[in-house]
Amino acid sequence: MDLQAIWFFLWVLLWAVYFVTDGFDLGIGSLLLILGKNNEEKRIMYNAMGPLWDGNEVWLLTAGGVTFAAFPLVYAVMFSSLYSALMLILFALIIRGVSLEFRNKVANPRWQKLWDTCLFVGSLVPALLFGVAFANIFRGIPIDAKGVYHGTLFTLLNPYGLLGGVLFLLLFLVHGSIWLAVKSEGALHERGSEMAQKLWPALLTVAVVFLIASGFSTQIYDNYLAHPLLFVFILITVLALFCIKVFLVKGSYWKAWFSSAITIVGATFYGFIGLFPTMFPSSLNPDYNLTAYNASSSSLTLTIMLVLALIFVPIVLAYQFWAYKLFKGKITREDLAYEEAY
Amino acid sequence: MDVLLLSRLQFAVATFFHFLFVPLTLGLSVLVAIMETRYVKTGDETYLKMTRFWGKLFLINFVIGIVTGITLEFQFGTNWSRYSAFMGDIFGSLLAIEALGFFFLESTLIGVWLFGWRKISKGAHAIVMWLVAFASTGSAVWILTANAWMQHPVGYVIRNGRAELESFAAVALNKTGILMILHTISAAYILSAFFVMGISAYHLLKKQHVAFFTKSFRLALVFGLIFSLFEIWEGHLHGRDLAENQPTKLAAMESHWETSRNAPIYFFAFPDEAKEKNSTAIGPLPGMLSLLAFHRSDAEVKGLKDYPRDERPPVLISFGAFRLMVVLGFYFALVTLWGWFKKNRLVESPRYLKLMLFSLPLPYIAAELGWILAEMGRQPWIVYGLMKTRDAVSPLATSQVTVTLVAFILLYGFLGAVGYFLIIKNAKKGPVAD
Ligand code: HDD
Ligand code: HEM
Ligand code: HEM
Repeated sequence: MDLQAIWFFLWVLLWAVYFVTDGFDLGIGSLLLILGKNNEEKRIMYNAMGPLWDGNEVWLLTAGGVTFAAFPLVYAVMFSSLYSALMLILFALIIRGVSLEFRNKVANPRWQKLWDTCLFVGSLVPALLFGVAFANIFRGIPIDAKGVYHGTLFTLLNPYGLLGGVLFLLLFLVHGSIWLAVKSEGALHERGSEMAQKLWPALLTVAVVFLIASGFSTQIYDNYLAHPLLFVFILITVLALFCIKVFLVKGSYWKAWFSSAITIVGATFYGFIGLFPTMFPSSLNPDYNLTAYNASSSSLTLTIMLVLALIFVPIVLAYQFWAYKLFKGKITREDLAYEEAY
Repeated sequence: MDVLLLSRLQFAVATFFHFLFVPLTLGLSVLVAIMETRYVKTGDETYLKMTRFWGKLFLINFVIGIVTGITLEFQFGTNWSRYSAFMGDIFGSLLAIEALGFFFLESTLIGVWLFGWRKISKGAHAIVMWLVAFASTGSAVWILTANAWMQHPVGYVIRNGRAELESFAAVALNKTGILMILHTISAAYILSAFFVMGISAYHLLKKQHVAFFTKSFRLALVFGLIFSLFEIWEGHLHGRDLAENQPTKLAAMESHWETSRNAPIYFFAFPDEAKEKNSTAIGPLPGMLSLLAFHRSDAEVKGLKDYPRDERPPVLISFGAFRLMVVLGFYFALVTLWGWFKKNRLVESPRYLKLMLFSLPLPYIAAELGWILAEMGRQPWIVYGLMKTRDAVSPLATSQVTVTLVAFILLYGFLGAVGYFLIIKNAKKGPVAD
């Protein structure tokens, strides 16, 4: 593999890790108003993400940063053509982030309701729009030879794009419900587990429809057909999807969570394996496609970054793993009594 | 308005707002880490209370810094896509170090610090705060190195129509960058010291929690004094760097029109950009500019007239921002020096305490003025001498940027109001008995 190909897959991996880690935060936030029946339960949901959300969000910064650093042309064209969608995501992430810190700072029900709404909107919008954006990338974006976008925000809201949005949303909702089941006790735990089971058939259906629709709306099966061994990836992803159900029924929530994590990774890779080496296809003319080869940084920069990644990523993983282990326990009523709790 | 102007406004709104919170994060993290270390070493409960109290203000400020930083990172792509394509290769390694080396550390450990009081030992908890401080500083170092490349590009070759990295060491050790790092971090420490002193003064004026706030005040005073003095000397080095690398910025901030030896410094001037001269100028100190810039009073300093009109930065703004920053810089040094003599009689010095309370916002103003000088003084260049700002902007529709600009102003206005409401509320409440 050459540097460009390595960075292509690292780039996809970073997005996948972001969706796995922050995905459960976005899922819990989107379910806040449905699953949290009273103030105490809502606070448990906040604290279930409490120490981790910020570290999770940095995976998004890194994914965005690597786009800039390794593929400047993709960064430039992707973010300026998806301008409105991306801005909506950013505004949503802003209100999501501050709701966590602000909600419990004033003991007034109206104040708390405001931040509950912000958390809900701020989680739902990115969950949906990331899916819409990625599905549209799989499908191709109307960009010309200069990378200028010929469309509006509504161009992105085509049926296939929306299907992708619903798929991501369901993935995150299931992922979040399972995390909630892992982190809570009693009624809330039950509700998290039930929600995951209730959403699972919908997720399965949408996933199957998406796999079929991709055959009509995109070119991504070309790579798969050229190298049939690649179908194993789809198989593993679907297998992981079924494991979620199996482990939920058995009550093994950690295992169910890891299965849904693998499903998310699989779903992210699925389209880009099909696109490789294209990163940002043009729907106007394939000659305008941005690929890992025509959009990358110089090999010097790619090499330096690879060395940096090899040094730092293991360190980052080590301390993030440590933080996850430190906070793996269930959130109890006692935890909520401390001054610092959200 | 066109997309260029709208995008510039939007970038200015976003960075200015971000930088209202950044300096306090940089400085207060260190102060809180010092407080917690003292608690671990001495077992004195006051230090624990101080850690908790200032830590809470720190966290409210921190979260706004984080969420506003994220939009900045993406705005290079959304609004300055041509610029991103041009310098992405240089920016690449810097951004990779910043994110992988520092953003992760900072964001992961802040959660551990906040929620880890009962999960890790006291000593480990204090170390975590030091690491948060270290990581914030580290991320500032690398973003400033990136900004310094725009002020004074080094270590690149122009190839394939873009700037490609030639020497990583040259980019990372850019002298302009090192000066910016020292200057900005000292500014952050001054600002944080004034923040702590201002709030402490508020409570000392009311004679409440006297022991607690005297301790806080004195700690911050030492910090503020050291860095205020350092900043004056360092700012001078900065000026010399400009004389070498960004002569148009130097000429604009001194309102210096004619190339001359024995170039003067004015206390005050009102530049007339159309007529290319100063319509009023008060108190020229002959030779001072030559002396400060080149350490020789007969050295030649290039004037603005030597540059085409469309390569001159806005003179009045550069001049005004620089003057006011310097005046404030000297003011900070004076009041902290004065405080040094008052430090054992703080409660009996209500006039001094009041002064310090009302000085709280001044370092914020100085820091923003510094950025106005650095960024506006660089115009019309986005990368000095290499790329003009007008060639950098994304091909967007005016309507798109208008909508997001309005959204930014509304959202940030709301966020700022809530953030400062919470900071003020908690600051006034004072420490709680644990
Ligand atoms: C690595 C890059 C970088 C960094 C660290 C900063 N900036 Fe900057 N700044 C830019 C990169 C940039 C830019 C993208 O290059 C802009 C957009 C238009 C321009 O000329 O430069 C810019 C413009 C710009 C403008 C508008 C100037 C104008 O349009 O006339 C202001 C007021 C600031 N910046 C202020 C700041 C502040 C307060 C910063 C501290 C947080 C800051 N900049 C850090
Ligand atoms: C315009 C350029 C800038 C960009 C793109 C940028 C980007 C970011 C991003 C993405 C974050 C969030 C990181 C996280 O989640 O931990 C952040 C936070 C931070 N940035 Fe910036 N930043 C810019 C300018 C600056 C400058 C000039 C400084 C320092 C001198 C600075 C210092 C910090 C610090 C200390 C934080 C930590 C969070 C906080 O402020 O509370 N940034 N920045
Ligand atoms: C007292 C004397 C001071 C002098 C002579 C001075 C000098 C300068 C100069 C020449 C620049 C422009 C550098 C460039 O564009 O490359 C600058 C920028 C700046 N100044 Fe100051 N300054 C002083 C005090 C302060 C104080 C007290 C603060 C804040 C508390 C401050 C905050 C800043 C900031 C944030 C910048 C932008 C970042 C940078 O370019 O380093 N300065 N200063």
